Amino acid sequence: MKAGSHLEKMFAAGHFAVTGELGPPRGADAGHIHEKAKYLKGIVESVNVTDNQTAVVRMASMAVCRLLLDMGIEPNLQMVCRDRNRLAIQADLLGASALGIKNVLCLSGDHQKFGDHPQAKNVFDIDSMQLIATCKKLRDEGKLINDHECEGVPQYFIGAAVNPFADPFDFRVTRLAKKIKAGVDFLQTQCIYNMEKFRTYIQQANDLGLTEKCYIMAGITPLKSVGMARYMQKFVPGLDVPEDYIERLKGVDKKKQGDEGIKIAIEQIQEVKEMKGIAGVHVMAIEWEERVEEIVSGAGLLPRPEVS
Amino acid sequence: MVVAESKPIEEILAMVADFDKILLTGCKGCVTVCNAGGQKEVGILASALKIARKKEGREIEIEEITLERQCDPEYIDQLEEPIAKNNYDAVLSMACSVGPQYIAKRYEDTLVYPCLNTTFIGGALEHGVWAEFCQACGSCGIHNFGALCPIARCAKSLLNGPCGGSAGGKCEISPETDCVWHLIYERMSRLGQLDKMANVVMFKDWTTSRDGGPRKIVREDLKQ
Repeated sequence: MKAGSHLEKMFAAGHFAVTGELGPPRGADAGHIHEKAKYLKGIVESVNVTDNQTAVVRMASMAVCRLLLDMGIEPNLQMVCRDRNRLAIQADLLGASALGIKNVLCLSGDHQKFGDHPQAKNVFDIDSMQLIATCKKLRDEGKLINDHECEGVPQYFIGAAVNPFADPFDFRVTRLAKKIKAGVDFLQTQCIYNMEKFRTYIQQANDLGLTEKCYIMAGITPLKSVGMARYMQKFVPGLDVPEDYIERLKGVDKKKQGDEGIKIAIEQIQEVKEMKGIAGVHVMAIEWEERVEEIVSGAGLLPRPEVS
Repeated sequence: MVVAESKPIEEILAMVADFDKILLTGCKGCVTVCNAGGQKEVGILASALKIARKKEGREIEIEEITLERQCDPEYIDQLEEPIAKNNYDAVLSMACSVGPQYIAKRYEDTLVYPCLNTTFIGGALEHGVWAEFCQACGSCGIHNFGALCPIARCAKSLLNGPCGGSAGGKCEISPETDCVWHLIYERMSRLGQLDKMANVVMFKDWTTSRDGGPRKIVREDLKQ
């Protein structure tokens, strides 16, 4: 065991793991967290807490992670390199460990151009690859980037994200391999819609033996409507939404499009579950936490197995 | 070269709103090459300011001079006579921001204003189009990236790109911006160096960059 988190134990026991996601509020209301998180409790192993996602200021990921722990929910602390330099990153990592946070997800971060403070100065002192290496060094060597020894060594189960649908496609598996080389334990993919392309990607990873070196979780985001599907297709860089899904949503009554989106998500989970090299799913139901149970249950993944 | 562009005329007019007589100084260095602050642009700006002020009913007297370079004390000295003789209300510089700082240092009692926004170290892509190529990090390692700079040309200065926002060779921040990591990938592929891209590039030392404080180069062999 590297950190002994619940998520890590689920993988270690050979279970197909499920994680969820929660976006903190644009304000100081802790009640908001309780309201959203209650839908995820017992339904997923652990919950990603986003870090100023899409470069919009929100309640601090670390604070929300602690609120989740108080609710008996295991958090995955997302951390981006956009907003902090190596001093702040390491300080936050040490603090997170002290607060009982065991899963960390290392990300570069969306450019602030997309966010609510486009006038901000970005940092990018280190990148996501180096952030993975930082966590590993802290955990395995008990040392900071500058080789200074820590008093009290933090334990993390180290995660990161991969996007099989960004370009150049041929480099994507190399980048996955780099993240493993840097020290990642588990990976969550970008939302998958183009299943054929995803199959090719995972096949490449299997061929290189990469899926045996870390746990890969397929990213699933249910489509709420034709409008959302179109938006993701046109405006989210590095996302690939095939026309088939949009046609399928169009084929049902507007009020039923959400239900159809849930159905698609369930089918996708069942499909990736059968793929060699996929160790779990990461369900990102954006502002739709109340439907996660239906998705996980529909995919035949409830109740969640117990591990000790 | 240092690439700069003119400030909006309204901003410059606001700077000189209280003045009746100014000296407008150009530079024959980088800003002449990038058509922002050479002799020609000095003439154009002077005319534009005069016309605007005439319209307002308060004419302004502008003398023009374009120095060999404004980043060299030797040429800044050439302003001594006109400044001493003419009692200007202010001196405006059309050099990169080094120029007005040199003038301010040399002429302590003179008000100095910049007319350009100094933008980046770069070059022309075509006539009338310039792009950034260098961020002056002070420790060049572009040979590790197919001789292309990810620090200046990647929106996130990633050393292990391309990130998940690279699509069709373009950066996530704009379809007008090339993804330099896509270019690096293509070039290293052509050079048979893709294996190098599989290595994790570790932490950059930023002490040689602006982060280490204002920089200075001392060449003992050249000092007198």
